[in-house]
Formats: sequence, C-alpha cells, structure tokens
Amino acid sequence: MGRILLITVTVIFLLFLLIMPIAFIMIEAVGSGLQPYAQAIGNQATLHAILLTILVTAVTIVINIIIGLSGAWLISKFSFRGKAFLTTLIELPFSISPVVVGFLFILLFGYNGWFGKLLDNYGIQIAFAVPGIILVTVFVTFPFIIRELIPLMQEQGKDEEETALSLGARGWSIFWHITLPNIKWGLLYGVVLCLARAMGEFGAVSIISGNIQGETDTLTLHIKNLYDGYYYNEAFAVSSLLLIVALATLLIKSFLEWSFKPKTKYKTKTTLKKT
Amino acid sequence: MRYKQQRPINFIKKSMLGIASFILSAFLISGGYAQTQTILNVSYDPTREMYRAYNDLFANYWLNTTGRKVRITMSHGGSGAQARAVIDGLQADVVTLALSYDIDIIAEKTNLIPVGWQKRLNHQSAPYVSTIVFLVRQGNPKNIRDWNDLIRPGVSVITPNPKTSGVARWNYLAAWGYALLQPDGSDEKAKSFIGKLFANVPILDTGARDATNTFIQRGIGDVLVTWENEALLALQRLGKNQYEVVIPSMSILAEPTVALVDGNVDKKGTRAVAQAYLEYLYSPEAQELLAQHYYRPTLESVAKKHQNRFPNLQLFTIDQIFGGWHKATYQHFVEGGIFDQLYTPQKQK
Repeated sequence: MGRILLITVTVIFLLFLLIMPIAFIMIEAVGSGLQPYAQAIGNQATLHAILLTILVTAVTIVINIIIGLSGAWLISKFSFRGKAFLTTLIELPFSISPVVVGFLFILLFGYNGWFGKLLDNYGIQIAFAVPGIILVTVFVTFPFIIRELIPLMQEQGKDEEETALSLGARGWSIFWHITLPNIKWGLLYGVVLCLARAMGEFGAVSIISGNIQGETDTLTLHIKNLYDGYYYNEAFAVSSLLLIVALATLLIKSFLEWSFKPKTKYKTKTTLKKT
Repeated sequence: MRYKQQRPINFIKKSMLGIASFILSAFLISGGYAQTQTILNVSYDPTREMYRAYNDLFANYWLNTTGRKVRITMSHGGSGAQARAVIDGLQADVVTLALSYDIDIIAEKTNLIPVGWQKRLNHQSAPYVSTIVFLVRQGNPKNIRDWNDLIRPGVSVITPNPKTSGVARWNYLAAWGYALLQPDGSDEKAKSFIGKLFANVPILDTGARDATNTFIQRGIGDVLVTWENEALLALQRLGKNQYEVVIPSMSILAEPTVALVDGNVDKKGTRAVAQAYLEYLYSPEAQELLAQHYYRPTLESVAKKHQNRFPNLQLFTIDQIFGGWHKATYQHFVEGGIFDQLYTPQKQK
C-alpha cells in the first residue's frame, strides 16, 4: 500500500513538474508551424546568441579543465597546510546566488570598481562585455570538474605515479601517461556537467552583461528578450534549443556513468594483480 | 597498452585545437563589423518595438546624408536599473530613459554627462511624451472608469515597483496628483488614497514589461496601470477583443528624456553619429514613426495629424504638482519615504 502511494506521488510530481513543462515548451515552440520555428532559430540575432553561448561555454570549459586538473592534482597528490580549507573553499560557488556573483564582478570590474578604472585606462572592458560574461560563468561552474576529480585522484593514490617517478619519468610525462588516462572518464563527466550549467546560466550573466542585444546576449538572455518583446513563439522556439541540449547532456551523462563505473573497478583489480 | 593510453590525450589535444580555432574564427567574424560604426542606446522597457523601427529609419537617413553605415545596438530594462548600469560602466552612447531623474543620477554620480544636459535638446530633451492610462479585460467587468475605481475593495491592480521601474513612479505620481486635485483634495487625503490603492496590488513587478506579462500572460489582476503607448501596443499586438483601454478623467504628462553620454562618445569617437541619432528623433519622419508606435509626438504638425489616436484628457506635470523629480523622489521614493510608509507587502496566500 505504502509503495503504491509513494509511486503515485512521485509520478504525479514528475508529470507536473517535469514532463508537462517540457511538453509545453515543445508544443509552443512548433505551435505556429515548422517554418516559423526554423525562422526563429535561423535569424541573425538568434544565431549570434548561439555563437556567443558556444564561445562562452567553450572558453569556460577550457579554463575549468586547466584549473580543475591543476587544483585536483595539487590537493590529491600533495599535502600542505590549509589543504582542508582549500578543499572547502572550492565548493563556495555552489552556495552563492548567481545574482550576487554578478554584482560582485561589477563591484570589481565596473567603472567605479576596484580594477575597472585602471583597466579602462588601457581600453580594456570587462564588465558589460564578453570577458565579464566568461568570468562569471567560470566562477559559477568551476567546482564541477575539480569536485569530480579530487575523490577520483585520491582513490587512485600516488602508487602509479611514484612507480613512474622511480623509473625515471618526469612530471609532464607522468601526467600525460599515467594520471590523465586514469581520470579521463571523471574529467569528461565533469565537463558535461559544466557544459550544461554554463549554457543555462542566467542570473549572473544578466547582471554583468548589460544585456546588449546582438552583442552580449547569450541564449538565456535572448529568450528573455524575445519574451519581453511579445515574441512568445520565438521565445519558446529558442527555449526548445536549450532543452534539446539539456536532454542530450543528460543522455551523455548517463552513458558516462554507465561506462565510467565498471572501468574503475576493472582498473583497481588489475593494479591489485600487478602488485 | 601504451597506444590505448595515448588515445584520450590525442582526443583532448584535437578538441582543444578545435576550440581554439573556433574562438579565433569568432573573433574574425566580429571583426567584420569594424567598418561600420556602432552605437549603443540604453533604454527602458516598453521602447523595444519603437526603437527597433526608429533604428532602421535612422540608419537609412545616416547612410543617405553622410554615406556612412551605422549599427545601433539596444539594451532594455527597468529605467532605474539601466541608469545604474551606465554608472557602473555600460558603454552607452545615448541613454533614452523613462524619466529625467534617472539621467540626473548619471550626471551626478559620474562625469559622463554634464549637469545641464536637459537644456541641450528641444522640449527639455523629451522628443516624445506619453501619459498613464488603464488596460482592463474585455467588457470591463469591474467597471473601472477612473482612478477612484482602483481603490474599491475587490479590484486587483497591477503596477510595478516604484523603486526599480520608471512607469511605476509615473503611475504613483499620477494617482497622487488625481487625489490631490479633487475638490476636497489634500496631502493627507492623497496619502490615504495611495495607501488604499497599493493595498489592492497583489504583485510588484520590477519593470513595465514584466507587469504587462503578469497581466496578460499570467492573467492576474483586473486592471493594468501603464504607459499609454504600452497599453495601445498590447491592444494591437495581443488582440483587440480581449482588452480595452480606459482613459481616466485626468493623468500625468509623462516626459521620457534622452541624452548624449559625452564621456563615452568621446572615448569611442561616435559623438557626431550619436548626436544626430538624438536630434533626428525630432524630425517629422521620426515623429510620424513615434506616433505610429503610440508615443505622443511633440512636433505640433504631427501631433495634430494623429489627434484621434490620442484622446484629450486633463494632464498635469510633475513640476506643477511635485516641484520636479528631485523633490518627488526625496519625498516619496527614497528609503523610508512615503511609499515605504504606505506599502506593506501582502501576505502570500
């Protein structure tokens, strides 16, 4: 009896909060036919928003991979004072509201901010421009990769690296040939999570970008602009794009989870045999 | 074993190369705009449609008179928030905001705009004016005819937050002026009038367009208090059979103002085109376009031609009733001002 009740509650919950909105977006998106749908997505403003979003996401992922790898490498393979503090600090972006992040970066890089005037003298614009958007997106997303890597690298320990070192391998060589192959699935998993979050970010970006149409409007801002301009169908058409990306990342994520878990088990077994 | 381990590295190397070349090409594409001058117009919420049309008109005019191409980019949002962004460094060439006070703030807090900016263009830098009217649902089921109908119990009124929205301040001051100008009107009576009115407001949105969407898309409220241009546009865009515009017996003359942002245009070298962009707003062609987008033209000849579109009603100005924006802001909208004393957020049901 209790089981049936739980199932019913969950199904109703999923139906109203997940399936219905998704169905609604798709129906509204193609509501006035496929040709207006294609026009809504193919027009110059939308294409610009798509390009900008891809640019911001790509740069964010590259930066996050670099920070994530070096940070996780540092925390898992070395011991130093303040390590526990640093590990906690990494999670900080998850607990700060994106709106606060947006204002924070305006305080830093706005014209009246700490660095704003200085950079302005050199003609560098960060707030209300693409660099600002990238900065806040990196801030909001950077825990994803590093958080995925630290437990993985800790679990694998230092044995393989120490063996390589004893056989005369140098730092970079150890990293490319031992560490990276061991963590590739975890890294990819982190990248997928980071990608989904970076593309969907709205709060922080809406504040730092200045919302200049055709310049600093990413897909989420473009959707809000379309909606505010009474272009309801177009807004839903572009929303459906983000929805498709979200569903695709979900699929990739499930695939990675599926292929990533058995592999680590297999690996630990072989290393055990070797030793 | 070795080969297998190298594969992911090659893959990562390749994808990084791909990303790098993509970024490079994106920069090259954006470099293609360099031939054309670009100016940024930072505006408030309901001007989206009007400036989209005006930008095309002006770009043509500029090409025909100077032979040069201009691209105009727009940023829209709540008027107060937009002023704040310009102060913080949003590189506006021109600001076209909902009220002169928001431009005054930019002039006060930065050296981007000189203090006497409002005298630089005709009509106190207001190329178009508007007023505050009501939008009600078809058939006017609550029989809303004038401001005093808004304070009746059971009437749900949609107006945005005067702290963030330009139109909300005009709405508030129009209601205050109405109460004050009644035969037995007084400051005390106006205060209690506003108190009763905001007791009927279920949601305070941040901007004019958000409030319109609340009224229309979410179906909340019996009456939307908003710009005349916004109400007429909603009527045209979203169906004449679903809504009606109600003109109150009197209202406020709303004067949205425009200004050149000297500090930014001099840095970017866009002064000539930005100045022309504002001046051309006063031309007969532009005034005609403004009228078609439901803004009241200030040019006499165009205004006359469109007088059927804009009903005649008694209009008072902010200077007459409140002695200007500075006094009005200080009395009503600052932290702890009359609005804060009167408005207590309703309990969420």
